[in-house]
Amino acid sequence: MAAGEIVAGILAPHPPHLVYAENPPQNEPSAECGWEVLRWGYERLRKKLDAMDYDVLVVHSPHWKTTVGHHFLGVPHFKSISVDPVFPNLFRYHYELDVDVGLAEAICAGAKSAGLVTQMMRNPDFRVDYGTIISCHLLNPAWDKPIVGISSSRAYYYYNNEVGDREMLALGEATRQAVEASGKKAVLIASNSLSHRHFTEEPEVPEDMRNEHIYHHGQYLWDMRMLKLMKEGKSQQLMDEMPDFIEQSVSECKEGCLSWLMGALQMPSYPAEVYAYGSVIGTGNAIVEWDPKSAEVSA
Amino acid sequence: MSHAVMGLVVPGQPHPLLAAEQSPAWQSLRDSFAQAKQRIEESEAELLVIYSTQWPSVIGHQIQADPEPEWVHVDENWHAMGSIPYKFKMDADFAQAYCHAAKERGLHSRTVAYQGFPIDTGTVVALKLLNPDNRIPACVVSCNMYADRAETLVLGKAARDAIEAQGKKTVAVAVTALSNRMFTQPIEPKEDKISSLKDDEWNQKLLEFFAEGRLEDVSQLARQFTAQANGDNKLKAIWWLAALMGQSNRYVGEVIDYQPINGSGAAIVSLTPSTQAAMNQEFDEDDVEHYGGDRKVLDSGSDAQDEQGMENAQASQAAQANLVNAAEAPKPVGAYPHARREGDTLFLSGVGPRQAGSDAIPGGAVKNSDGSANDYDVEAQTRAVIENVKTVLEASGSSLDKVIDVTVFLIDMDRDFATFNKVYKEYFEHIGATRTTLAISALPTPIAVEFKVLARA
Ligand SMILES: [Fe+2]
Repeated sequence: MAAGEIVAGILAPHPPHLVYAENPPQNEPSAECGWEVLRWGYERLRKKLDAMDYDVLVVHSPHWKTTVGHHFLGVPHFKSISVDPVFPNLFRYHYELDVDVGLAEAICAGAKSAGLVTQMMRNPDFRVDYGTIISCHLLNPAWDKPIVGISSSRAYYYYNNEVGDREMLALGEATRQAVEASGKKAVLIASNSLSHRHFTEEPEVPEDMRNEHIYHHGQYLWDMRMLKLMKEGKSQQLMDEMPDFIEQSVSECKEGCLSWLMGALQMPSYPAEVYAYGSVIGTGNAIVEWDPKSAEVSA
Repeated sequence: MSHAVMGLVVPGQPHPLLAAEQSPAWQSLRDSFAQAKQRIEESEAELLVIYSTQWPSVIGHQIQADPEPEWVHVDENWHAMGSIPYKFKMDADFAQAYCHAAKERGLHSRTVAYQGFPIDTGTVVALKLLNPDNRIPACVVSCNMYADRAETLVLGKAARDAIEAQGKKTVAVAVTALSNRMFTQPIEPKEDKISSLKDDEWNQKLLEFFAEGRLEDVSQLARQFTAQANGDNKLKAIWWLAALMGQSNRYVGEVIDYQPINGSGAAIVSLTPSTQAAMNQEFDEDDVEHYGGDRKVLDSGSDAQDEQGMENAQASQAAQANLVNAAEAPKPVGAYPHARREGDTLFLSGVGPRQAGSDAIPGGAVKNSDGSANDYDVEAQTRAVIENVKTVLEASGSSLDKVIDVTVFLIDMDRDFATFNKVYKEYFEHIGATRTTLAISALPTPIAVEFKVLARA
């Protein structure tokens, strides 16, 4: 068996607004327009992924929050409706998806032997979190590839950002090893926004773009700084600054997804490609891809 | 005066519902939930109003209004304990009334009624154990993740408004842990304990207060508690409950149970209104009746409020938004705002010459403190009145040149009219406002001139 590999690592935030504005058949509410820059960014990235040969999407989501360690979807098939508890007016999405349980079990076991607390989620009534659903829809709306779903453990909240990052780097490393051992080509998805302060009021027409802007200039500056580091391939510096970034821009990186991705990609020193950046109800969102092949080319 | 027949504090983790037999602590909570359920029945409650810290919201507060939500719920953490099928009965009318009352108090709020809406574990656990046969309709409100004390108090008061308006016997349920530090490693259920001695001691302190019926004191202590013992969502649920129940220490409190759930502090407490206070409460923090908002970020400028926007604005919100209180203008001497906007017209309350902050009267008061007459300067007073009018108009987004009509009150027409009229002309000559001038015997403060003004908004 050929060794498996990570064929792409993607920062793929999950604002429900992007699905809402797209009007896919799976989503109940409908919109006139909205958040085009981000949606077109996803469109371009989708084209690249569609042309790529890959077997599985491995997604780490902020909206499956677990207290006792890291959990993994462990049921082969899910079908249900996902309703965003915060924006139920925008996102009521009928999903049906397959899980690569074998790969999930391998990552779960690998992370456990690396010293992390892990657990498989075997309850068939479980509802897959909306972060996972949204990021996966935006990258693969046909749902024709299985996914591996990983929860967001609370280490950042129970200890601190530094401890959280350390755990996530270890989980990323376990993910990479399991992917390589599986012989599969995997796309990794970190499903989080960057800066994350929301407006707490919504316009009457949610897609009224007159109101859409970053919550605070400081957030924007932080977001640009982090994106610059990504574009320059300065992952270690990105990780070094991550705790401050999380603190000062209320970043959703606190859920660990991006740190996990950096761990899985072994601190990439090649430049990432930014597909789009935009605000959604005040939060900063970037679609970013790390393509390990580009590292080989530049080397 | 009491507004709810009982208040309850209950924990929202699923252990007592799904895994009681695994741990004596969880079994004890299960039994205590049964006792709380009994109390609810004895209270003859007609409505359960629930605030759950496990239902986060971002856009203001959400209120569940689906009359019969139905689902098979699985907790994101404790999925291995099993599924929880539910079908609840919600009081959709009350939900609407609560939403309306919240808006009346300046809060952003909306009802939600969607098939498949993910009702949070805390609510599910509370309703399954406290109201298993759906005998009493319920209403659930979310926990806004950005809300602080002021907003949460007002949310509690809005619930009280709605309860009073509907006149139903209501039990209010705060679904919350006390200390909320959980174990992050698997534990042996039989050996569950509070995660630290410090958290335990702080929990005991709160429970002492609860047992004495000192709900408001617990509410006042919430910030310290949260800082020291990792309180569940800042103990917002207690702020809400205390505000809903009338902000006092006049309760008979009973701590029905106190146990650990995976390290967190899980208490079941009942509070029933009593005529006697344990003792007078101290208010360390301000009370607040109406939420002015610290984050009206969407209305960044008056130009953002075009006609369409105005039409869309909720009428009740608009009513509150219509009131203007200008920090730079002298404090009103009664229960009235500086100005009120109705449609395109701005109505100003009577404006005198007093200076903001100091209440000093330019040109002197009309009489001295012993009641003797003072030789005041009406020119200075008139100027000060017009400057105050300008301040209020500008704070309302209007200006002096938009004045439509002025009614002038003078306490001494013979002495003051000519001087007043000269100053008036300086400001109003080119504005073309209509004017009426009256002589009256006195004004509420020792001043000689007051204006009543209408302007275009
Ligand atoms: Fe999110």
